[in-house]
Amino acid sequence: MRDAEFFRRWLVTAASAVEREADRLTELDSPIGDADHGSNLLRGFTSVVRELAAERPEVPGAVLQLAGRTLISTVGGASGPLYGTLLRRTGKELGTAAEVSDDDLRQALYAGVAAVAQLGGAAPGDKTMLDALVPGVAALGTSYRAAAEAAENGALATVPMQARKGRASYLGERSIGHQDPGATSSALLLAALAEAAEGES
Amino acid sequence: MRMLINSPGTVVEDALRGMAAAHPELAVDVARRLVVRRDAPVAGRVGLVSGGGSGHEPLHAGFVGYGMLSAACAGEVFTSPVPAQMAGAAAAVDSGAGVLFVVKNYTGDVLNFEMAAELAEEDGLRVERVLVNDDVAVVDSLYTAGRRGTGATLFVEKIAGAAAEAGAPLEQVAAVARRVNESARSFGVALSACTTPAKGSPTFELPEGELELGIGIHGEPGRERRPMMTSREIAEVSVGAVLADLEGLRPVGEAVLVLVNGMGATPLLELYGFNAEVQRVLADRGVPVARTLVGNYVTSLDMAGCSVTVCRADEELLRLWDAPVQTPALRWGR
Repeated sequence: MRDAEFFRRWLVTAASAVEREADRLTELDSPIGDADHGSNLLRGFTSVVRELAAERPEVPGAVLQLAGRTLISTVGGASGPLYGTLLRRTGKELGTAAEVSDDDLRQALYAGVAAVAQLGGAAPGDKTMLDALVPGVAALGTSYRAAAEAAENGALATVPMQARKGRASYLGERSIGHQDPGATSSALLLAALAEAAEGES
Repeated sequence: MRMLINSPGTVVEDALRGMAAAHPELAVDVARRLVVRRDAPVAGRVGLVSGGGSGHEPLHAGFVGYGMLSAACAGEVFTSPVPAQMAGAAAAVDSGAGVLFVVKNYTGDVLNFEMAAELAEEDGLRVERVLVNDDVAVVDSLYTAGRRGTGATLFVEKIAGAAAEAGAPLEQVAAVARRVNESARSFGVALSACTTPAKGSPTFELPEGELELGIGIHGEPGRERRPMMTSREIAEVSVGAVLADLEGLRPVGEAVLVLVNGMGATPLLELYGFNAEVQRVLADRGVPVARTLVGNYVTSLDMAGCSVTVCRADEELLRLWDAPVQTPALRWGR
């Protein structure tokens, strides 16, 4: 069973990963976007860590909902609403339980990813964060590590795709050959989840 | 990187502090990144709120004032503001007559304004949104995020602002804003990439002797790269693309408003020269020009280049365009 402390560790681990990879995310965002993905997510996750320390929510659902709200109110752009919705919706699904099972978390993440797809109007293959999230969450049934690897492979698989959503879609065929920054950061989020789970088991 | 800044992280708030010092007629909330007419809410007047990523100055904060926007929200550089900012702006300007959000069609702006509209409506405000999507360079909009909002934003904000100032109700202000958007088309050209403070180097590589056609306003590259062209050739391509699209909707022949816009680093000497070519192309095509605005209005940081926006204007739109306006960046008749 996973308690609030596990979810806090997941998000703190994710924040460290974003900090470590911020320059790379911004670099990936510059040929096909507008060169701010790393700095935007860093601003958001830094605020998440600060808010979690200040408010110390006591149940998993509340941890994720607070994180989601914080991302929406600090990131801006498309990443704020999309990542914010992912965490907020996942947290809402977890409800008020003090501890949740891995199966509960998997179901909740499914709902979170579906909410992202609906909000952005995107589908796998559009060269967006969904190309990492969808295979990643699908692989959660096997293990957290499998999910992280599937998300990473999903991010790599965006390289030959032509973008159909977001800023990169304006490039048309010239978006081909670049890895999607949103899929890359989504893979970081699932890698952080695996890291948090391995630290516990 | 050589920029007149303190640090990449404080660019937006430093600019807002400087704007506040220069414009006492505006109430600038640096912490919440809001620029609001000091006399807001004006009784009976529909509130007009816009905003977007910073780096496009004077858009949007430069258009806050009498006859135009009631408030603007500033996001990080090239990043849309967040819902709390927009909802805060709406609350600050609502007189009970409702609020119109002017939203440029970029995924981030659309999503955040959508969430802001929900927040404001939960607080009992009446909110309408108009989406600006005038960029003809985006051709396959069925399969992308749709056309970008660029230069027509200025026409929408000015004309809807005049309607609001004249006391038109929310539905009418929204309707005239949508009509302006449907009547306007733009096309942009980059002669250099721009440099965002966060990245510190150009957002794309544009080799010497080449230019990029069909750019947006975020330093994102356009759809096609060609060897450098003359001002006359650029005018032919730009105006040609705009008119081809407008003619697809309705025969031209009526008078138009023209915006010849600089992207930030192109001097007025070049912009006026370019405008001469734009006017010539329009005359050659039999399009009478009613009004022309030349200058840096919807910019992309330090990008060199220009965009052309053409808006079909009937008597009503022309009258609203000519109505008095008093903002930091646009001012006449008062």
